[in-house]
Amino acid sequence: MELIKPDINFDFVGKMRIAVLISAAAILISIVSLIAHGGPNWGIDFAGGTVIQAKFQQDVPIDRIRGSLDAVNLGEVTIQQFGARDEHEYLIRTAESTEDLKGLSGRIEDSLAAAFGKDGFEVRRVEVVGPKVGKDLTQKGILAVVFSWIAMLIYIAWRFEFRFAVGGILALVHDTIITVGVLSLLRMEFSLVIVAALLTIIGYSINDTIVIYDRIRENMRKNVRQELAQVVNASINQTLSRTILTVLTVVLVLASILLFGGAVIFDFAFAILVGVLVGTYSSVFIASPIVLAWERVSPSKRKRK
Amino acid sequence: MFQSIKLRVLIAAVVVIASAYFLLPSVVPELPASVKNLFLKNRIHLGLDLQGGMHLVLEVDTAKALEGTVERLANSLKDGLMEKRVRFRGVERRADNTIAIELPNREARADLEKVLAEQFPDLEIQSADLVDGREKVVLRLREKRVADMKKTIVDQSLETIRNRVDQFGVTEPEIIPQGDDRILIQLPGVKDPKRAIDLIGKTALLEFKLVDEEHSLEEALRGNVPAGSILMKGAREGGERTGTRRDTWYLLKERTLLTGQSLENAQVKISDRFGEPYVAIKFNSQGARDFDRITGENVNRRLAIILDGAVYSAPVIKERISGGDAQITGAFTTEEARDLAIVLRAGSLPAPVKILEQRTVGPSLGQDSIDKGIRSVIIGMILVGVFMVFYYRLSGFVAILALVLNIVILLGAVALFDATLTLPGIAGIVLTIGMAVDANVLIFERAREELRLGKTPRAAIEAGYARAFLTILDTNVTTLLAAVFLFQFGTGPVKGFAVTLSIGIVASMFTAIFVTRIIFDYVTWNRKIKALSI
Repeated sequence: MELIKPDINFDFVGKMRIAVLISAAAILISIVSLIAHGGPNWGIDFAGGTVIQAKFQQDVPIDRIRGSLDAVNLGEVTIQQFGARDEHEYLIRTAESTEDLKGLSGRIEDSLAAAFGKDGFEVRRVEVVGPKVGKDLTQKGILAVVFSWIAMLIYIAWRFEFRFAVGGILALVHDTIITVGVLSLLRMEFSLVIVAALLTIIGYSINDTIVIYDRIRENMRKNVRQELAQVVNASINQTLSRTILTVLTVVLVLASILLFGGAVIFDFAFAILVGVLVGTYSSVFIASPIVLAWERVSPSKRKRK
Repeated sequence: MFQSIKLRVLIAAVVVIASAYFLLPSVVPELPASVKNLFLKNRIHLGLDLQGGMHLVLEVDTAKALEGTVERLANSLKDGLMEKRVRFRGVERRADNTIAIELPNREARADLEKVLAEQFPDLEIQSADLVDGREKVVLRLREKRVADMKKTIVDQSLETIRNRVDQFGVTEPEIIPQGDDRILIQLPGVKDPKRAIDLIGKTALLEFKLVDEEHSLEEALRGNVPAGSILMKGAREGGERTGTRRDTWYLLKERTLLTGQSLENAQVKISDRFGEPYVAIKFNSQGARDFDRITGENVNRRLAIILDGAVYSAPVIKERISGGDAQITGAFTTEEARDLAIVLRAGSLPAPVKILEQRTVGPSLGQDSIDKGIRSVIIGMILVGVFMVFYYRLSGFVAILALVLNIVILLGAVALFDATLTLPGIAGIVLTIGMAVDANVLIFERAREELRLGKTPRAAIEAGYARAFLTILDTNVTTLLAAVFLFQFGTGPVKGFAVTLSIGIVASMFTAIFVTRIIFDYVTWNRKIKALSI
């Protein structure tokens, strides 16, 4: 079976301007969304706070849960259904946390027990993170992402050429910003595993880019006389079949996690899905054209005849 | 390289069988002991998010512990100065753990410095100002000394917590220092997190002080606390938690007569008269002698037993108590008494601790995550498998074989290296399926291209593998790079993801390139086939 005809010759390079416009718009929207929302929707891993995941015997109105917690002075509490409806699970979160040994979570549990009875619910997960930890983590997360960009830059510059590295890294920055933007638009929580997802996306997206670069390098050696633009376009077309197949298989396994992996891992898989789609697009439309653009600005020393 | 198919099959078989060997104990949990001994490795270690348990990060309040040291130094400095007849006004510990001291004139400073050099090598002068003809000097602990003390405090806390957890009875606890003043504690399978926190975090400083019976408690509560005495709350009122909210107060002599350091043992006993549990304590020989003297000197007075700044009881000393036995009563439940005995035996923490981070996963959620994780691995595998066969026909089956072997090797390696499997780790396995198949896609696509150019199946396979190899290598190295940063950054669950992703990538290089090549070579060399099912 073939999804992509072997003799396909789509003009990717010609669509470069449109692609750059689309990407610029997407990045702009991402940044505007981030500014409008005052940054990502930091989860307790970064902002500090308390999360309790409780499973109730039956469906309970959220207002009743909220009411039962009035006695505990929690400040702003958000309560939401978690996972499938028939599981009667709820997430209770607050920005408050205490360093005190008794802890907020204990008081919340006591209040729930008073309202619903000791057997009316089960506390399945408790997470309490102090503000100090979050601050450390934010810094570590940003450093991890930035250093991974730099590491990729060095590796590609070493294996290929510097202009390839620039294209690859700009595509990575592009993917990271847009993924964070999409999460921000959907008001999804930005937690520890989201940073893990971002790093995974960086690893995946560069994969795609390298496959195309590899082909460009090969074709450049084969057809020394050909215009670089033509080489790039041909290379993208030749690897297009692989690009689409791989993104399909990765989307298949991600779908499997999204549908069957449960609510705890859903956000993680979703972020990777967004990143993989954006990453595939950027490998084709952003990373390779940048190599071309770089060539126009500062032609490589090995003059092509 | 590796021309012989037989040799290559042998290598592949050894790797797969070795992996299966390490993996088997995890797949078949109930092995008889005799069979179990044949295996080097136990079951795969599951992260707290899968098996349930508690993850705690504590911060040791070293500054608090230093307060005591500085206070003691200030007091002995006072004595030292008086002894040497150095004139001074007021020596006091300030909030930032420095000592302020006022000398009548600048000349006295030389005397002070002499005393410091002779008796207090740990102190140094931070600043000295002449105000209204008086010399105001601020002393502080030497930095190196502070660092040493902090380290000792954290080490002691670690040791004490380890002792307590061991006695609490948790299997495979993990208690490790983190940074300068943090302690990371992992307790798998803890059922009552609140109790565990209480047990670990309680300072458990046991003190004995006399009750001040010469002055009026009412007067003191009104704010006139006599010098040398302090007010302290009772641990609980009326013996019941749910009793009246009114606090009981005690007026105590400030001096501590005895502390928990003099204890040799502590045990739970049940009282004969009411069947209530209490904690029987036994002093060590020095402690017993002190206790004997204290009780002898204070017959008919009340001795308060204080734990962490709250009075548990203040019984009247009826007679001199020799032998070093005493008891702590206070309307405990059996569990509370048991935990109190544990913390007293393990000793007090040298400084209070704060909870920076607490994550608890109940066992039912853990099991749920395991079930859902396994389900998504299997379904992901089936989806990709069906797709590959549909797209590449017989060659798709070869890719599936590579995938299955990949997972066997991946899990075998996790068991071999004692790595921890977490829920994101399972996601890493699923993702590896998607990425590992990429290697085969690259090879197959390349082979198809070569076939289209009119090459024979054998030549097309050869070219496919040769051309795709470097690409696969480059892509995998970059993914590994990302995984390394992930590992650096992450805590428990995220680390698990980085581990499975990395192992999966390395394993995929082996299965997707080396193993599949054997099959294709066998088919194209020996069968002389005309068309490749690809």
